[in-house]
Amino acid sequence: MQRNLNHPVIVAIEKVIDETPTVRTLVFSDDVMPNVLPGQFAMVWIPGVNELPMSVMISKESGKAAFTVRKHGPSSTGLFNIPVGGQIGIRGPYGNSFDVKEGKLLLVGGGTGLVPMMRLLTFVKPTDDVTVLMGAKSKDEVFFENLANDLLTNNPHRVIVSTDDGSYGEKGFVTDLVEKLVSETHFDAVYVCGPEIMMYKTVQSAHSRNIFVQASLERMMKCGVGICGSCCVGEDLVCRDGTVFDGDHLSKNMEFGHLHRNKAGILENY
Amino acid sequence: MEPSLATSIGKIQLDKPVMLASGILGISLDVFKRLHASGAGAVVTKSLSTAPWEGYPNPTIFSVKGGGWINAVGLSNPGASNFAKMIEPNQDVPIIVSLVGSVPEDFEFMIKQFENCKVKAYELNLSCPHVAKVGLEVGDDPGLVKAIVSTVKNVTTVPVIAKVGLGTSNYLNTVRTAIDSGIDAITAINTVRAIAIDVELQRPILSNKFGGLSGTPIKPIALRCVYEISSQYDIPIIGCGGISTWEDAIEFFLAGASAVQLGSAIGDNWVGVFDDINKGILQYMDRKNYSSIKDMVGLAKKS
Repeated sequence: MQRNLNHPVIVAIEKVIDETPTVRTLVFSDDVMPNVLPGQFAMVWIPGVNELPMSVMISKESGKAAFTVRKHGPSSTGLFNIPVGGQIGIRGPYGNSFDVKEGKLLLVGGGTGLVPMMRLLTFVKPTDDVTVLMGAKSKDEVFFENLANDLLTNNPHRVIVSTDDGSYGEKGFVTDLVEKLVSETHFDAVYVCGPEIMMYKTVQSAHSRNIFVQASLERMMKCGVGICGSCCVGEDLVCRDGTVFDGDHLSKNMEFGHLHRNKAGILENY
Repeated sequence: MEPSLATSIGKIQLDKPVMLASGILGISLDVFKRLHASGAGAVVTKSLSTAPWEGYPNPTIFSVKGGGWINAVGLSNPGASNFAKMIEPNQDVPIIVSLVGSVPEDFEFMIKQFENCKVKAYELNLSCPHVAKVGLEVGDDPGLVKAIVSTVKNVTTVPVIAKVGLGTSNYLNTVRTAIDSGIDAITAINTVRAIAIDVELQRPILSNKFGGLSGTPIKPIALRCVYEISSQYDIPIIGCGGISTWEDAIEFFLAGASAVQLGSAIGDNWVGVFDDINKGILQYMDRKNYSSIKDMVGLAKKS
C-alpha cells in the first residue's frame, strides 16, 4: 500500500550532529524525506511535547534525511534533546518549493533558514555561478559553511559569512551585504530563508531591481494542510500556498515583514 | 429558466449554498475574501470566546487512513473583541460569526462586540466535542441551551443558528429545545468525538487525546441527522459533515438542508472545492430542470 503522507511515520534518530552549542542536526532513515524539494517541510511530532513544522535537511548518506533544530522554546528544545535511538513522528512533505533558475544565483540564509538553502544547492547545475551568504550573530553560531563549499566544489562559487559582531567573516548584517551585492552584480535569481526581517529586506533589495527573488516563509503552524488557518499571512496560507513565495507576490502582501499571528491568531508585530 | 444557486435558510439569504464551516481557515479577513471569491456563499468564523484562547499544543490534527480527520485544535481564537475589530471593515463577504461559551452572559457579551460589524448570522457552537465546559457539554444540557438561545435572541435581531452534534444526550432534544427557545436555523452536525492511537509509540496521537472526527467517514451520519431533523421539525437546516463533492451537497438538499458547510474537503482539495461543487450543483439542476435550490430541499423524504 502506498504511504499516506498525511499519516505520521515513526522514525528513530540514528545520529546527532552538534553544529553549534545551540544547533543540532538529527539524522534518520526514511523513504520519502530524502527526496523532498527545497522549501518543503515536514510536520515533526516530538511525542509528549509538540509537533513542529521543520524544513527537511539533506544528509550525505543516501536514504537518509535530517532535521536541523535550534533550541529556542520548549518545543524546539524537546526536539534538540532527542538522543540517538529516540523516536519522532514525521508527516509530509508539505508545501511548494523554490523555482530553480540557472545562471548567477544568490542564496541568502540565516540560522536554520540555511536548511532549505543547502537542499537548494543540491539542485544547481555545474554551470551556475553561485554565491551563498550566511548570517549569524557571532562566530559560535556559524554552521554549514564547510558543507556549502563542499556542495559547490564543481561550481564557480563564493560562500560569504557575516556575523553581527564581526567575530568571524564580514562584520554586519546579511541584508546590508545583500544590498551591496545586488547593486554591484547582476543576479539571475535570489533565494532567501531566515528571520522575517532578513527576508523582507532581501526581497526589497532584489525586487526593487527587478531581480527574480523568492523567500521561504515561516509561521506558527498547527495542521500543516490548510485547514486550521494558523499560518495565514494576509490571504496566503504558508503551509499550502507556500512556503515559497515570489518577491512580486510578497511585495503586495501587507503582513509580510511586519506582522505574524500568535497561537490565538492575534496579529503581533515582528 | 436558468438555475440559480441562491438559497434562503429562513431569513438568511445567500447567493450560493456552500459555506465554509466553522473552525476552518477562519482568522483573517483577507482569507475570508479569498474564499468568498472562490465560491463560498458565506464563511463561518472560528468559534469565538469572550477572551483569546491559544488552543491545545500540537499534534492537533490527525489524518485517518481511508479518509477523514480527527482534530483537537482546542477552539483557538483571538477572542470576540479582537476578532470584531478585524472584520469591521468588511462590506462584501457574508460572515456568519460562530460563538462558543458556557453561560448566557458569555454570548450576550460577545454579541455586543460585533455592534459595528456586518454579521449575516450568529452560529452558536453547542457541539464542539473536545473542550470542557463548552460545546457539547452545553448542548447536552437542555436548561443551558434554553437560557443561551433565549438570551441571544433577546439581544440581537440578526438570525441565530444552533450548531448541534452527537453528544451523550439525544441531539434531537437539543434541536427541540433550541426551536422552542426561538432559534432561526440548525446546523447539523459537528465533528464526532474520536481518538487516534499510534501503534509504535503506543499512545494517543493528539495532545488532547480526544478530538473530533470530520470528513467523509461522518457524511452518512450527518445526512441521517439532517433527514431526521427535517422529518420531525419545521426548521431551516444547514447540512455539515463530510461534504466534498456536488453529489454530497445534493444528497443533503434532498435530505432537507437548504445549504451546506464544508471544512475537511479543503484539506484534501484546497479552496477550488467551492467552485467545483457549485458547478456540479448547477449542472445537476439544469439536467433535472430545477430553477432554485428550494425545489430540491427535502425531496428524498417524499419517496
